[in-house]
Amino acid sequence: MPDRMAKANVTLPEQPSEIGKTVGNIRSANPYIVAENVNVYYGDNHAIRNVSLEIGTKEVIALIGPSGCGKSTFLRCLNRMNDSIESARVTGHITLAGTDICSKELDPVALRARVGIVFQKPNPFPKSIYDNVAYGPRIHGLAANRAELDNIVHTSLERAGLLKEVIDRLDEPGTGLSGGQQQRLCIARTIAVDPEVILMDEPCSALDPIATARIEDLMYELAEDYSIVIVTHSMQQAARVSQRVAYFHLGSLVEVDETNKIFTNPRHRLTEDYITGRIG
Amino acid sequence: MSESTRKKVSAGLARRRRKERVFRMTGLLATTVGIVFLVVFFVDLIGKGSSAFRQTFVNLEVNFDAAIVAPDGSVDLQYADFDALARNALRGLFPEVSGRGPLRELNQLLSVGAGYQLRDMLVENPDLLGMTQSVWLPASSNVDMLQKGNIDASIDASLRTISDAQLAWIDALQRTGRLELHWNRAFFTNGDSREPELAGIRGALVGSFYMLLVTLVLALPIGVAAAIYLEEFAPRNRWSDLIEVNINNLAAVPSIVFGLLGLAVFINWAALPRSAPLVGGLVLSLLTLPVIIIASRAAIKAVPPSIRNAALGLGASRMQVVFHHVMPLSLPGMLTGAIIGMSRALGESAPLLMIGMVAFIVDVPAGLSDPATALPVQIYLWADSPERAFAERTSAAIMVLLGFLMLMNLVAVVLRKRMEQKW
Ligand SMILES: Nc1ncnc2c1ncn2[C@@H]1O[C@H](COP(=O)(O)OP(=O)(O)O)[C@@H](O)[C@H]1O
Ligand SMILES: [Mg+2]
Repeated sequence: MPDRMAKANVTLPEQPSEIGKTVGNIRSANPYIVAENVNVYYGDNHAIRNVSLEIGTKEVIALIGPSGCGKSTFLRCLNRMNDSIESARVTGHITLAGTDICSKELDPVALRARVGIVFQKPNPFPKSIYDNVAYGPRIHGLAANRAELDNIVHTSLERAGLLKEVIDRLDEPGTGLSGGQQQRLCIARTIAVDPEVILMDEPCSALDPIATARIEDLMYELAEDYSIVIVTHSMQQAARVSQRVAYFHLGSLVEVDETNKIFTNPRHRLTEDYITGRIG
Repeated sequence: MSESTRKKVSAGLARRRRKERVFRMTGLLATTVGIVFLVVFFVDLIGKGSSAFRQTFVNLEVNFDAAIVAPDGSVDLQYADFDALARNALRGLFPEVSGRGPLRELNQLLSVGAGYQLRDMLVENPDLLGMTQSVWLPASSNVDMLQKGNIDASIDASLRTISDAQLAWIDALQRTGRLELHWNRAFFTNGDSREPELAGIRGALVGSFYMLLVTLVLALPIGVAAAIYLEEFAPRNRWSDLIEVNINNLAAVPSIVFGLLGLAVFINWAALPRSAPLVGGLVLSLLTLPVIIIASRAAIKAVPPSIRNAALGLGASRMQVVFHHVMPLSLPGMLTGAIIGMSRALGESAPLLMIGMVAFIVDVPAGLSDPATALPVQIYLWADSPERAFAERTSAAIMVLLGFLMLMNLVAVVLRKRMEQKW
């Protein structure tokens, strides 16, 4: 029934011509990560369509968009976590401080030490709090002795705002902490490796508002030292923590701009529909 | 809810309750039947087998006569007639018996093990030579069976294995307190024997132990390695599907087929010794491998992907993910699988028949290539023997086997409970 198909195309917002090209400004004044023409396929599913985006040095950029639009997929491109998904195929060009991170020669292990990731659901190892934080430094050989390792663990927990709460139970299992504490433990674990970029995939969606507020505070502080890419479903959160916002829709990057511009004056109709709650 | 809807619901409610009651009763009935069978089995087994743990002994004043055991001045361990020492002691109690026939009947009260026991005593303590000592010697299995009530003395003499004269002697011994049931140590220290009163399970136990050792050393690492490879490293494609299906099929192959395979490959082709625990262990490894692989894969699958992602995200290599996180978390499941596989292997007899472990072997095996038998095969052999006294030993051996199986399963349960990870 070609007639109905044609009609459907007119009414639905996902008409390709409407989302094919990114509006706003994909460039950053001081880019740290440069992604160009990135495409991701899961088998036949074209999950990321020709996305180009620059992520600035020590910038917080928020990726927003309806579920299934490819935010997580794009995030995983930045530290090659898609490698472990068998059906995933990534094309395009991504550089981290000038190094091509998509090339076959690059060891994803080395990359992931530079680009840390925090997941949606807190996932501490079923080990002690200390061992959770010490794991990264241990496998990368960052500490020469126990004292250095202690130091790394303490500063990482301190920076994640967790040290005070756990200082006298470092050898208790990390899985015994509350959800918010677990997520801060995961952040501490990530910064213990001293990465350059931190990716966060909806880090607060499993947390209560108070724990969320704590993580957001933490993000302000971390933004002084790291580039942060955060996926979030909360517009308020994006508005609070990020300097720039990228709006994804059905695998395409529809609009990127400074946060206040996106929220006060979106240029694309799809962006406007999303932030005003008409799609989502 | 309207009146009519409510009526319909409550009308159906009674029917639903009735169905549930019927279902619950059926389940209870099924469970009861199962438990009754189990209880009957255990009562029967223990009733038949527990008597084998006690054995009839005769108390005799044995004179270690130098003229008999050391005619040339030194004890001739090879050829001396130690049985004669026991015979003479018994004859001393019944001086009135004379003539070849009656004397033979009298001698038949003693086990041939009596002579071995006296020899061992003399080896241990050479000072006994020429002395007289009170010794408890094993009675023959006929005496033992009579003592345990397995021979009916009231029936016609031609129908029983004990003569009237023997009955009288036994009676006399009993009255003087020279006949007693003692703990049957020989059952645990001896190998197999043609004489039931001397037959023990030591040889079979050691044989089973060696085989399980080989199985554990081979099947556990190979099975775990295969499971890790298949779960963590192998690409998912038609080949891995094929392998998966085949492993599942392998777990269901009748065990005797593995015995035939072992015969063809290990004995005929690789020329390994027949009847050896080594070959038995190899065959049982093949048998256990699929069980361990399947259990290990299930254990690995149960490790949440979020743990793998966490480690990968920190920059752990896939090897590190496996050895630092997946392995420790799935180890209880793997070990449980291994123990269940091993307990299955312990109970196997069919494949062992194929590789010649069904032979009559008296000596306790001293190594992996010595001829040996296994506990279930020993049970099979004894169950096949006509002597009345082997029946109780069969049951007793089954009790020992079941004891080991239960112990292994208990270890598996405890291990799982202890190491279980709470998320
Ligand atoms: N592991 C995967 N395998 C196959 N398809 C996937 C996988 N992860 C995501 N996808 C598909 O890719 C698209 C984008 O998913 P995702 O990146 O998770 O979206 P988001 O994070 O924005 O909700 C969806 O169509 C989803 O079905
Ligand atoms: Mg997502």
